[in-house]
Amino acid sequence: MDALNVYAAKLAPQQESLAPGHRACQGCAELLAVRLVAKTLGQDFIIANATGCLEIVTSSYPHSAWKVPWIHVAFENAAAVASGVEAGIKILKKKGKYPVDRDIKIIAQAGDGGTVDIGLQALSGALERGHDFMYICYDNEAYMNTGIQRSSSTPYGASTTTSPAGTESIGQVTMKKNVVEIAAAHDIPYVATASPSYPFDLMEKVRKGAEAKGPAYIHVLAPCPTGWRLAPNLALSIGRLAVETKVFPLYEIENGKYRMTVSYKNHRPVIDYLKPQGRFRHLKEDNIEFIQQYVDASYERLLKKIEMSEG
Amino acid sequence: MAKKIGIEVSLAISEAVKLADVDAIAAYPITPQTHIVEHLSELVADGDLNAEFIPVESEHSAMSVCAGTSAAGARTYTATSSQGLALMNEILFIIPALRLPVVMTLANRSLSGPISIWNDHSDLMSVRDTGWISIFAENGQEAFDLTLQSFKIAEDHRVMLPINVNIDGFTLSHVIEPHEFLSQEEVDSFLPPYDPPLQLNPDKPVSMGMVGIPEIYFEAKKAQDVALIESKAVIKEVFQEFGEKFGRTYNVIESYRAEDAETLLLTMGSIGETAMEAIDIMKDEQGKKVGLLRLRLWRPFPVDELRELVKGIKTLAVIDRAVSFGGTGAPVGGEIRSALYSTEDRPYVASFIAGLGGRDVTIKDFMDMVNLAEKMETEQEVHEYKMIGVRE
Repeated sequence: MDALNVYAAKLAPQQESLAPGHRACQGCAELLAVRLVAKTLGQDFIIANATGCLEIVTSSYPHSAWKVPWIHVAFENAAAVASGVEAGIKILKKKGKYPVDRDIKIIAQAGDGGTVDIGLQALSGALERGHDFMYICYDNEAYMNTGIQRSSSTPYGASTTTSPAGTESIGQVTMKKNVVEIAAAHDIPYVATASPSYPFDLMEKVRKGAEAKGPAYIHVLAPCPTGWRLAPNLALSIGRLAVETKVFPLYEIENGKYRMTVSYKNHRPVIDYLKPQGRFRHLKEDNIEFIQQYVDASYERLLKKIEMSEG
Repeated sequence: MAKKIGIEVSLAISEAVKLADVDAIAAYPITPQTHIVEHLSELVADGDLNAEFIPVESEHSAMSVCAGTSAAGARTYTATSSQGLALMNEILFIIPALRLPVVMTLANRSLSGPISIWNDHSDLMSVRDTGWISIFAENGQEAFDLTLQSFKIAEDHRVMLPINVNIDGFTLSHVIEPHEFLSQEEVDSFLPPYDPPLQLNPDKPVSMGMVGIPEIYFEAKKAQDVALIESKAVIKEVFQEFGEKFGRTYNVIESYRAEDAETLLLTMGSIGETAMEAIDIMKDEQGKKVGLLRLRLWRPFPVDELRELVKGIKTLAVIDRAVSFGGTGAPVGGEIRSALYSTEDRPYVASFIAGLGGRDVTIKDFMDMVNLAEKMETEQEVHEYKMIGVRE
């Protein structure tokens, strides 16, 4: 698998719609994922970006890292702005006021805060209305841009600046909100999880999402060395460990049909994923055991869904 | 002269939006704006209007969708009221900063709490500083005409700012009035198609809504302020052209029987029509030296025109339909005091608040306010604002 990726990388599109020279932190896996998304989509796409890390590191006036049309309005409304761009272009094409020979993809992108918390309503509205667009959530599991505050996407046990571990708390005491399933509950054509640690899996999903007629939702786990208290050179390997430990399974739901896109025969224990991250350093054996059980049970549920949609 | 048609004002506004060949409408239902967007969705459903109607899940998304459609280069319209406007608040600031010429009808309604669906201007006043052009219509014909003119003003490349056209909720929105419609040919001769100076198009990529670092934010805001102030000239130009073409001329401040007046009332919105009747009675039956100013343009505030119109006036009674709690004057009254402070021989400004939450403001109320203002002037009474017609 590792060797295969090294060789196949040469086959990836050469074009870059995200220019280098942006201001992301060292080892930021979010920007790596964005670059892969941009490579996959080519030039004919328009981005509606939520406020957040991705917005600030790529658009500090007068420097823009974007070689494609890009709009940022606010934090919670990327899905709504993308709805507008999609609807606007649709009607302008119909009226002959916009180039009709081009299939222009509309992309909404936001972090976990902008998606699972403050942006959930706008996201649901846009998915329900059936706009032909793709929403990509780059989930780094906390409000990293404002200084590592917890979101509802922060996993159980993680210490953040608003869910700090202390004598009376293990940090985040709630389970990560499953927005992938919330998106899928809208009965949209394409939903997937993805990781920049699995670039070709990610690119294939972006391609499928873009080709779907109607809304697509892709949830990317974007390791954040700064917020996860992790050495910057470990961002991609931790993303791989998230999959190998079943913490973040890579799957897709295509027209309601579940499919695991990356599978391992043997999974590693969650401790291998938790250990390198400073945000989990305070966890004790029984906390880790609890997380292991939760991860196992969640994974089992996912396997059942896959089984059911195959049957 | 064209035939007059009796139609509800909300429907007349929808017809104006249709005649403007709007491309996109995003809206969320809220009383008393609903009839406007209901009728627009019917026009789209029946194929009478070739537009995208996007029925969003909140007003916050309505304005966000408008940002998207307008940035894509589509002529964009929405309508709201009260809490809906309050929910849009965050995005209202961003639309003019992005220089997106969205046109919005605001069926003015009081703000909660207590919850009230009835009319006053507290919704608009809560978004005064968002950077929109704000225009008031007093009746259905004005609402129809000003809606059409708003697209032309907003989309003028010298302006490129959003406009809210204010109509009093229920008092106008739900009332059937005679309207003189314009034909499609007439509208087309007046309003050209929207030609966006920038749009989201991969052929010429642009980044919109970038981070304003301290080295640039202040300049961006200055540029926006200059654009809003300078829009007044274009507004007057469009009013003039509309008048020449269709015979109905609008002014940034309308003046009614103000010649030889010593006391002027100043109103915004539909109460101006009742005030005119009060002025007629006071002038014709009581021989009082009174007159009326009706403020049509709230933003940009027509400072020069106001100063000119109140020259030689002894007392100016400003009637607000909103409260600035604990402030130094009601929103319009305070603004007018500021505008006149530096002028010589400025009139005494009485700041009144009337008709909150749908309370009627009657002819007698206007006459009482004139008398009260004159008494206050004689006594040079120091006051911030007075509430009229409220039980204490």
